[in-house]
Amino acid sequence: MSTPLLSLRGLLKRFGETVALDRLDLDVPSGEFLALLGGSGSGKSTLLRMVAGFEAPDAGQVLFDGRDLAGVPPHARPLNMMFQSYALFPHLTVSGNVAYGLRREGVPRAERDRRVAGALAMVGLEGFDRRLPHRLSGGQRQRVALARALVKRPRLLLLDEPLGALDAGLRERTGFELRALQRETGAAFIMVTHDQGEALALADRVAVLEQGRLVQLGPPRAVYERPATRFVASFLGGANVLEGQPDGAGGLDCPTLGGTLRPAGPLPPATTACALRPERIALRPGASGTNTAAGIIEEVAFRGDDSLLLVRMPGGAVLRVGHAEEDGAPPPRGSTVQLAWEAAAVVPLLG
Amino acid sequence: MRRSAFPRLGLLLGLLFLWLPVLLLAGYAFSDARIPFQWGGFSWRWFVALAGNERMLAAAWLSLRVAAGAATLAVALGACIGWVLARQGPFRGRPLFGALAGAPLVLPDVVIGLSLLLFFVLLEGATGWPAERGATTILLAHATIGGAYAAVLVQARLATMERDLEEAARDLGAGPATSFATITLPLLAPSLVAGWLLAFTLSLDDVVVASFVSGPAGTTLPMVVFSMLRLGLTPEINALAVVILLVALATAGGALLLLRGVIGRR
Repeated sequence: MSTPLLSLRGLLKRFGETVALDRLDLDVPSGEFLALLGGSGSGKSTLLRMVAGFEAPDAGQVLFDGRDLAGVPPHARPLNMMFQSYALFPHLTVSGNVAYGLRREGVPRAERDRRVAGALAMVGLEGFDRRLPHRLSGGQRQRVALARALVKRPRLLLLDEPLGALDAGLRERTGFELRALQRETGAAFIMVTHDQGEALALADRVAVLEQGRLVQLGPPRAVYERPATRFVASFLGGANVLEGQPDGAGGLDCPTLGGTLRPAGPLPPATTACALRPERIALRPGASGTNTAAGIIEEVAFRGDDSLLLVRMPGGAVLRVGHAEEDGAPPPRGSTVQLAWEAAAVVPLLG
Repeated sequence: MRRSAFPRLGLLLGLLFLWLPVLLLAGYAFSDARIPFQWGGFSWRWFVALAGNERMLAAAWLSLRVAAGAATLAVALGACIGWVLARQGPFRGRPLFGALAGAPLVLPDVVIGLSLLLFFVLLEGATGWPAERGATTILLAHATIGGAYAAVLVQARLATMERDLEEAARDLGAGPATSFATITLPLLAPSLVAGWLLAFTLSLDDVVVASFVSGPAGTTLPMVVFSMLRLGLTPEINALAVVILLVALATAGGALLLLRGVIGRR
């Protein structure tokens, strides 16, 4: 395999007592769209700032094209970053902002003008070149920030919550545009986000961070369907995490559920928990045997395309159950329901 | 319309309270009478007399030079202090440093003047400099006070300025010096100009501190005016006030236009 574009080796960073990054390893190949997903304090922003050169690791290496970037100041690093606040220079016009990086490189004026116009066209901001940032809408500012970073034609672009400050309606469209720009430019994107929907929708691979550790890395579908740990399972899509003991016959005996979970494959011997996604659980009157259970509906929340039911099980667990609209109106609160799921929906968790 | 009458009346009274004495003073500058507050018909004679009063003109010129020098030094000093306080994060002794930097804001002028006098005398005894107290010592004293004000302005500006901006400049290929010159400095300019004007004004109208640290060689305009008060006033003072007022208005207006230009051009 060829050298990855960016390679992180054993990155360690402490802020006083707290460990922001805990010996983290990660490879990012050229042209990949990688999402760093994690809650606040997971170390995802620290990771980004370390790659950009604003923080120095306490231990470990950041390799770009196999070259160690230790001691290379931010302005000499061959990559660019888009800030969460956009960080547009308020005293410069849109084109002044976009041209700033090219000026620092000493790009001749004619080429500079051409590239600035090209970058503005790429993000759909033709005709805004003479505006000052405070006279732009939030979405337009986001585009200027993107154009300013991309005009330098970096092979790696770091994006810190690029959609975080946008209205919900604008977010989906801008997300698709981000995806298209990434394909068009061929640059590798590393996007930090706390929004699992964003990460799953946009990225080629999703890296889930928890307390400075990389807990799972893989294509969105794989991470979603086969979460590795309790944290990933509940953080992505709010899966039910059920604790129990292996029953010796390939199933996990769950006292809180009042039943047994049996995965399709063999159950790893030391498993103490399994994940079960809400949308994989169905109401099936009369069902019995393994991978079924009965409970009482505590709450019903209508969500548009489906309803979310909270079902209290005899053992005390409260299961989140998705009820699709095409299956009719969900039973009212207080009714006893029989739940069933396929063996393939049961995911043994490793940690 | 009735609703807006009260605020307007308040505004009018407020403006009158602030400006009536000044307008009276300016009006009597054009009076022909020998006493400042007696109307004796229109005349330019006090402006003419002022133009011939070499002692006062020399003092005014000295005051302007001291004020300009002190303001420039104060801004340089204040920018450094403000930068350290706003950007260098926590360091040992930071609270003490912050308190000391702001001390001239709250210390009475008498205390500042006396302490600086003692300091200059000791310094002269130890190093032979300053050989005599005068314009230089006044300038240094005023720079100390003005620097505290400039530091507050710079620090406040930097505190509201996103740090991201400097980092974004670094990320786009600007070294620390370039980032400072192209991003930080232009954004800091309004507070630097404001700090300069404030320090300039403070220096121009200070009597107390200047009296402490000046010697026979340095008599600033406020000191001359103050001594004239004891000898008896003439409308020359009014004429001088009108000139100062016009200069001040022109300076403030110029600064305003300058700032608009700086912001509008980019």
